[in-house]
Parts: sequence; structure tokens; C-alpha cells
Amino acid sequence: MSQAESNAYHRRRALLSRAFAVVCLAATAVCVLVLVVLIWEILWQGLPWLNASFLTSFPSRFPEKAGIAPALASSLWLILLTALFSVPIGVGTAVYLEEYAQASRWRKLVQLNIANLAGVPSIVYGILGLGLFVRALALERSILAGALTLTLVVLPIVILAAQESLRAVPGSIRHASYALGATRWQTVWYQVLPAATPGIMTGVILAISRAVGEAAPLVAMGAAAFITFVPVSPADEFSALPVVIFDWASRPQPEFHHVAAAAIVVLLTVLILLNATAVYVRYRYGQRIRW
Amino acid sequence: MIEGDAVRPRRWLEQLIGVALLGCALVSILTTVGIGVLLVIEAAQFFREVSVVEFLTGTKWSPKLSSEFGILPLLCGTLLVTGGSAVIALPIGLLSAIYLSEYASNSVREIIKPVLEVLAGIPSVVFGYLAIVTVSPAIRSVFPSAGVFNAASASVVVGFMVLPMVISLSEDVIRSVPRSLREAAYALGATKLDVTVRVVVPAAISGIVAAFLLALSRAIGETMAVALAAGNTPKITLNPLESVQTMTAYIVQVSQGDTPAGTLEYRTIFAVGLALFVTTMFLNILAQWFVARVREKYE
Repeated sequence: MSQAESNAYHRRRALLSRAFAVVCLAATAVCVLVLVVLIWEILWQGLPWLNASFLTSFPSRFPEKAGIAPALASSLWLILLTALFSVPIGVGTAVYLEEYAQASRWRKLVQLNIANLAGVPSIVYGILGLGLFVRALALERSILAGALTLTLVVLPIVILAAQESLRAVPGSIRHASYALGATRWQTVWYQVLPAATPGIMTGVILAISRAVGEAAPLVAMGAAAFITFVPVSPADEFSALPVVIFDWASRPQPEFHHVAAAAIVVLLTVLILLNATAVYVRYRYGQRIRW
Repeated sequence: MIEGDAVRPRRWLEQLIGVALLGCALVSILTTVGIGVLLVIEAAQFFREVSVVEFLTGTKWSPKLSSEFGILPLLCGTLLVTGGSAVIALPIGLLSAIYLSEYASNSVREIIKPVLEVLAGIPSVVFGYLAIVTVSPAIRSVFPSAGVFNAASASVVVGFMVLPMVISLSEDVIRSVPRSLREAAYALGATKLDVTVRVVVPAAISGIVAAFLLALSRAIGETMAVALAAGNTPKITLNPLESVQTMTAYIVQVSQGDTPAGTLEYRTIFAVGLALFVTTMFLNILAQWFVARVREKYE
């Protein structure tokens, strides 16, 4: 190879390398673009239809009269109950796996099982909810049955997040506690859990925001898109924001698509509020702890 | 000085708490058992009336009108949508992961990471809405033969839904490739492209495959976006412009009607659910096997 050929060869390779960098950048730009288009479309379609009466009125055959009062109330019920069920069970499981269970086959099995549950499609949980809560336990299509189903959906997420937070607490804290004569539970309750709380709460809030947006399990267990009252007890029939969005989006009339977009704006607002809380918790309480 | 009962150790309480925590852990085991038992029992009832062979090899799915229970059309719909989403999510996802791990500055990563988190947190039904209102009309303007509901629009949105997952999982493994491998390649005169494509990606390939498998499993189980966009026409076709029906969309369709419990149509949900559960479980376990291989290599 002459000097000139060699130079050309190296230039070509350098150029190719730079071209590849541009391709990678373009791929990443696609992700950002998708998010921008998505938010733009929804705001553009939905905002003009969003007003106070939309939040306070009931579903209707007429798009201009349709509202989300029952769906919004149901979603708030579901958030409350799902958090109530999933936090103690999820954190309890995490504490068991991280602080109590010995490294054994059994622990490995439980861990593997949780990883697998995290990958089960949410609609399968809906089928389980239908067979177990709605039929076998005869809870009917109640808020309680819906919240229990969503609890099963988010439980793996809560457990994995809580485990990670517990693991981040240094062993020295536990050793110091044991050295002072504390029992295992005293160590967990007075030292480890308080130190892990910001991380656990962040994980819980993210899990709850996942639950808020889930429609598949609720539809599978028979949540209604059209109810004409605001549910006031866990035994009441229910709806949910993503369920009414699904119903409206699946109708052929374009007006209902606008109504669906308006409901999506409300749903995304709820999600943003939840995530802002998570960021706040991470920032506010994460600072206090210094190892 | 220790005061009060709160901090005095009590053996029975300690043991009780240990048992209670074990009970919490049992919930997740029982969930798996519950899913398995329920699906198998109800599906067994179904297979008493419909032969397994007909279910797995029949080419027509029409439970209501003609009592034909061949799952192949639903399977074909699922594969068509999943395959289409893979065409979008896998290349874009891998290239983005490479960009974030090998090229992006810290400040760019600080912007992109939250964007991906937000994208990952957007509910499935919102993507379904986008498929109907934005993607499907766009496809129809390019291909006038496409139906209002078509597999392509479902593929596009499902692809974007699983994209953040492909990126974050692949980026983690690509980043965990030891620095020394890259430096050795540079020392031999390789360009950045050579290092990335011939050294880093091959070294991380097990983890990347695991990320792809998990994304496919997510796409197969994806429900609301597909139920909205792909339509409800079970048929065997490879044409993405046609309306199809996936396994998940079928379950939604039956759940929406008031199908009385105990009927054959009601039990189809469980038979299809079982097929869905087995498929995704298989992919997840395969992915975990690949992840374990990465761990063996570098940890």
C-alpha cells in the first residue's frame, strides 16, 4: 500500500466511524421525537375539550356532555387501596428476602419467581382477578376486586424496588445495631427501614403510577366504562380513567377521540403529580442520609 | 439506658414477625400457583370439549358463530404485530443504547434518560389512542389499501412502547463491558466504529439478546394498544396493512361482552390466556438464562 492509498484508507475508516456516530444519534433522537409528537397530539386534541364540567359530569352517549367523574373517583379509590395492599406485602417480602431468609435454594426460588411475575403480561393478572377475586371469592366487579388485581400486578415492582433500597443500606449499620444488643427485628425496624424509606417510597410511587395507567387487567375482570354514579365504598362497581379512555378511543366518532384525549390529559396529569412526588421524596429525604 | 417495652426484646414477637414476613413472601409464590392452577383447571374444562389438536392446528378462530377453535389465526396476529414492533424497537433501541453508552456526553445522557423514563411510564392505552388518531391515518395516506384498523399501526406503537426497555437494558450491559477491552482495541489502531461493532457489542451480546427477548415478551403480552389499533379480525395473514386479532385483543373482546361464566366461550379466555402465559414465560426464562451467562463472564 502506498502512502496515498493508506491515507485514503484511514480517512475512509474515520469517515465511516463518524457516520455511525450520526446514525446512533439519529436513533436516539427518534425516542425524543416520539415523546414530543405524543404529547403534542394529545394536548392539541384534548385541551380544547377539557373544562370543569368534564371533570364533574358522567359518561354520556353525547360526546359534548361526557365526563369522567366516576372514572376519576374510581382511579383515586384504586390508587388508595392498591397502595394499602401492596406496600406492606411488598416491603414485607423484600425485608424477608434481604434481612431474614438465608442464602438457600428456597430464597433463590422466591427471587426467581418474583422476576418471572414481573414479566407476566398484565392481562393474565386480569384473568386471575376474574377467576379468583370476582368469581371464587365472590367479590363481584367491585373496587376491592380491582384493587386486589392491581396489587398483584404491581407487587413484583414494589418488591424489587424495596429490595434494592434495603441492599443500599450499609452492613455497618446492621452490625452496629446488633453490637448494641438489638434483635433482628429491632435492627430492621429502627435502623434499616428508616434508612431505606426514601428509596422504598420512590419505588412504591412508581409502582402506583404503573397501576393507574393499567387498563388491561381491569377490562379483563370486567370493569365498566359506563357507570352513572360516583363509587363511595370499596364494594361499589367501578370504572377507571384508562378504561374510559379505551372505550372512547375505540368508538368511531371523531368527537369521542377528542373526549378520550381530554381524559388522557387528566390521566397524564395524575401520573405527573405522582412522579413529581417521587422526585420530591428522593430529593428531600435522600439528602438527610449520609453514610 | 433502655426504657419502656418498645425496645425490650421479646422472643415470641420476633418469631411472629419472622412468620409474618415469610407470609408476605408466600403471596408471590401463591400468585404464580394461582395463575397456573386457574389457567390449567379452566383450560382443562375447555379441552374436554375441544381437542388440543384442533386448538393448536385449526386455522379458523370463530368461537361464537361457528364454534371453530383454532388458535393459529390469533397466534399469527400476535406474531405479525410483535415482529413488526421488533423491526422498529430492536435496531433503534440497540443504536440508541450504543449512542448513550459510547458516544453521549454526561449532559446529553442527563436529558435522554428522563425522556426514556417518561416514555416508559406512558400507559399502553395512550399509545393505542395515538395509533388510531395519528399513526393509522399516516399509514393510510401512504398505503391507501390499508384498513382503518391494521397490524402495522399496532406494530409501530408497540415498537415505541418497548423501545425504552430495550435501550435501558442494552445500555446497562454495553456499559458493563470492561474498559480494558476497548483500550486494547484502540491500541491496535481500531476506529471507534471498529471498537463498538467488533469488540463491545460482541462482548455484550448475551445481555443484548436478553434485552431483545424481554422486549419481545412485553410486545406479545401488550394488550390495550393492540386491542385498539389492530382490530378484531382473527385471520392468518402476513400483510401488515390488514386488520388482525392478537391473543390479548381476543381476551379483551370477550371480557367486554357479558359472557356468562361456565360457557365454552368464557373458557376460551383461559385457554388463550394459558397459551399467552406459557409463551411469555418461556421467553422470560430464556432471557434470564442469557443474563446469567453475562454474569458468569464478567463478575
